[in-house]
Amino acid sequence: MSDKIIMCRCEDVTRHQLEEAVARGHRDIESLKRFTGFGTGWCQGKQCAALCARVLVELGGEPPEAPFTPRPPVHPIPLAHLARLTEDPEAP
Amino acid sequence: MSEREATEGEGPLLDNARPPANVHDALVAHTARPQDLPARADCVVVGGGIMGLATAFHLAELGVKDVVVVEKSYLCSGASGRNGGGVRAQWSSETNIRLMRESQDLCADFATRMRINVWYRKGGYLFLARSPERAAQLEASVQLQRANGLRTELVDAVRVKRIAPEVETTGLEVASYGPDDAVVFPWPFVWGYAKACAERGVGVFTHTPVTGFETDGRRIRAVVTEAGAIATDQVVLATGAWSPELAAMLGLSLPNRPHRHEICSTESLKPFLRPLVADLATGLYCSQSMRGELVGGVSNERVPEGLDQRSSLRFLGLYSRELLRTIPRAGGLRVLRQWGGCYDLTPDGNPIVGRTDELEGLVLLCGFMGHGFMMAPVMGKRVAEHLVRGAHRELFERWSLTRYRTGKLLEETMILG
Repeated sequence: MSDKIIMCRCEDVTRHQLEEAVARGHRDIESLKRFTGFGTGWCQGKQCAALCARVLVELGGEPPEAPFTPRPPVHPIPLAHLARLTEDPEAP
Repeated sequence: MSEREATEGEGPLLDNARPPANVHDALVAHTARPQDLPARADCVVVGGGIMGLATAFHLAELGVKDVVVVEKSYLCSGASGRNGGGVRAQWSSETNIRLMRESQDLCADFATRMRINVWYRKGGYLFLARSPERAAQLEASVQLQRANGLRTELVDAVRVKRIAPEVETTGLEVASYGPDDAVVFPWPFVWGYAKACAERGVGVFTHTPVTGFETDGRRIRAVVTEAGAIATDQVVLATGAWSPELAAMLGLSLPNRPHRHEICSTESLKPFLRPLVADLATGLYCSQSMRGELVGGVSNERVPEGLDQRSSLRFLGLYSRELLRTIPRAGGLRVLRQWGGCYDLTPDGNPIVGRTDELEGLVLLCGFMGHGFMMAPVMGKRVAEHLVRGAHRELFERWSLTRYRTGKLLEETMILG
């Protein structure tokens, strides 16, 4: 049944995949994200991160202190817009 | 054994890597539980990236009994999980060309042998030269590559358009095309080696930082971690950009320095770009992954000092400008995510691998200039063979730390980024 429950809609990650990943030793949120791919699609985890974190705890994994490391940009941005960024000599 | 003998010969590699019967069907945990950390080991590999895991795997294959890997964070947390996944044999030194030819074969076979999908795609590598100086450099490299059996070719603008129609050829002097170069998804290589380690009784302990070492004169006695000490007299330091920190715990000063490198990934498109496209002058590289995303990066000298894995808005500007100069039609593609990782740079652009004069039982395996991922399959094998059988002595003497004292420095011109 758990192979029919979708956890991450962008990347089609099921509850079953989370269960298998935890059983394979991916017991923290960063490792679980990488092994299953949840949160790496179009919405970048905005819809699934909290749900997957809850399931990780239910499965006996390490309770996450924070969501996984957010990856900019917050929203998808076209390359053509980014190419018009002006060079700021002070920027890091 | 000389390096020439060692790298010759075709045929299947990873010969012994087939998992024991039925084991691949069982659900094997990739990582061990902290409470199972052993009190002693024949060899401790510090660093659970692809370099350390590949070495541990081959040590187990060669019959070393108690091998342990300690990793301070999660699997894929360092450069092994942050690189662009390029696997090319187009290099400018004979050593790197030959080693990478073998590594490519190991990568091509990896999915079958390890039973894990690595999204291997042999789309070739296309290096663009847009100045006479770069053209001359590429021409020299191609000559050497062909002399070493690669199918690399120098191609003109017309051919470039045939290989990658979306690439802008205005201002192009010449390009080099290596049809056997490939791109993979890096993460399953890490998991595949971790799984193969677990299947052979090698404990892979994540979230287990090393806090120090116990030594007795020139001998190593133990590796001390947050989870306890492991008595051992053999240590392989495979900690990439963190190597100077770890070596300092042993009183050893390394000339390596970390350098942040950033990458980004776009939304997915249907396949349109076969080769990885790169320009050594700007450090731009870009490939289309099996998921359809454009993944790439660009040189950026002005980054924070030290170990820093953050990403910057400035990078997106630099990368987008260079990418759109090369593939103008990509302008409408949206960037989904960006991240950073650390190159492990050495003063002469070549790795630091081998034993040291200062400590017995220590093997350094670092300084891979941002290209350690693609080198790891062959290096893991070579280092294990060196430790167990004393093989490849000539290579590891040439790549040893000692060269910075004796002045026998090396050269490599095809470093990207």
